[in-house]
Amino acid sequence: MSDAPASSSALLSFNNVSMTFDEGTKALDNVSFSINAGEFVTVVGPSGCGKSTLLRIASNLEANTGGTCAIDRNSIGYVFQDATLMPWRTVARNVELIAELHKLPKSERQRLAAEAIELVGLNGFEEKYPRQLSGGMRMRASLARSLVMKPKVFLFDEPFGALDEITRERLNDELLRLFQHEGFAGLFITHSITEAVYMSTKVLVMSARPGKIIASFDVPFAYPRNHDLRYEPEFGELCGKISHALRGAHE
Amino acid sequence: MNTANTITNPVEEVIPDKTDRFSFVDYIGPIIVFVAFIAVWYLLSSVVLPEQKRFLLPTPHKVLTDGFFVWHSGERRGLQPILLSLWDSAKIALIGLSITIVVGMSLAVLMSSSRWLERATWPYLVAVQSAPVLALTPLIRALIDGTRTQRLLVVVLIAMFPIVSNTLFGLLSADKSQHELFTLQGASKWTRLVKLQFPAALPNIFVGLRISAGLAVIGAVVGDFYFRQGGVVGIGAQIDVYRNRLWGAELITAIILASTLGLVVFLFFGWVSRRAIGKWHITNRGH
Repeated sequence: MSDAPASSSALLSFNNVSMTFDEGTKALDNVSFSINAGEFVTVVGPSGCGKSTLLRIASNLEANTGGTCAIDRNSIGYVFQDATLMPWRTVARNVELIAELHKLPKSERQRLAAEAIELVGLNGFEEKYPRQLSGGMRMRASLARSLVMKPKVFLFDEPFGALDEITRERLNDELLRLFQHEGFAGLFITHSITEAVYMSTKVLVMSARPGKIIASFDVPFAYPRNHDLRYEPEFGELCGKISHALRGAHE
Repeated sequence: MNTANTITNPVEEVIPDKTDRFSFVDYIGPIIVFVAFIAVWYLLSSVVLPEQKRFLLPTPHKVLTDGFFVWHSGERRGLQPILLSLWDSAKIALIGLSITIVVGMSLAVLMSSSRWLERATWPYLVAVQSAPVLALTPLIRALIDGTRTQRLLVVVLIAMFPIVSNTLFGLLSADKSQHELFTLQGASKWTRLVKLQFPAALPNIFVGLRISAGLAVIGAVVGDFYFRQGGVVGIGAQIDVYRNRLWGAELITAIILASTLGLVVFLFFGWVSRRAIGKWHITNRGH
């Protein structure tokens, strides 16, 4: 399952991927797309359309029943819907966790963790426990934990869905800065069209179950993006088109 | 590092710690209950009980003067023999509890790693928990030599269930996504147990420990009733003697001290629990 990506520049590619669960539900139907280095692709779609299943297949948490998925599985960052921090570990020790599971020496993982904590702006909070942090800060710690191993591909499973809008927009900006700074490729799942357009180089629209890619939109805006972009007419127009496609997806 | 690309400190507030401030309410309540308890005691021993039955429940001050304040009198009256037998039972309870912890937690780990084993053993654990262990005393006596071992067995049988059930529940309590995080990194079963399941189980383990500790004391005291030899006997055996000879003050003194042992053990594990997990786990109010 760890086939080399088909084209030399694609870091992640789905080729006719289908997924039927044991109980017979067909979640994905013939999904094909690929993500190159420097791309940030977001998938939007109705609830339960199989968006998250894409990430679970890419990360091998789930095995697809048809087609192939090519990705370097040793270099994946996975950000869950919730922060999944260990409540008994401080921020610093939480951020070290993945490096620890990869058996990096203590001094090395402490150095990498300190770097990642700096990157997400949590310096000063190293010795706090998760219960002492707000939801947004927990998400930052979760991001930092994934950043430590410097993965080439990041999979985001609606990471900001549970946050309030202001925190969410702030984390959007910070994630984009990390995207530029760290140069990973991203596959992002969300319900929010605005978030999708603001973050991505490309937005894919998925149909209701079984999930198919029914529309693809390139996002023309250059990085770095400014939060005022959300109020530009071109931005609104693109959101409108995606929304229209999404409405089709529900039918 | 390129500081231009780093992110400024988050504006969101850190959630402040609730400080454990001294509260009058925490102390006045138990005092009121204590005063009420003593009042009811006086009422029972000097009003409710008929005159010729009052020796069964001496008044509190008589318990103090005849029970607590007599060091040694005759062969087994007084505080000294009571404390000696209390210490004997405490040792049985603590050794028994240690065995229970080791065996019970190992069993829970095995059960958590195999659904089959969990299914196969669970009904029998519940059965042992609800079985009247003391009705088996003739069998225990026939199978095992030595009152000490017999008493320990009673303690282990009585205290086992809360440790196993709470540890097992705790080991299975880690989130699915936390497990997936470990799966994604190819973590071994052992790593998952040590770095995820065991720490996640700690709050439950401490709950189980406190319940089991209390039961271990009960098991030791009750076991004394049935398994005894000459020399220093457990507090349970001592209580039985006082009961048969109708020595009310000594009886009440011994019962109060046995309960105090249970209370001390309970408070001790509460303290250990706060030390171990208080920083990250929001402990129950009042414990």
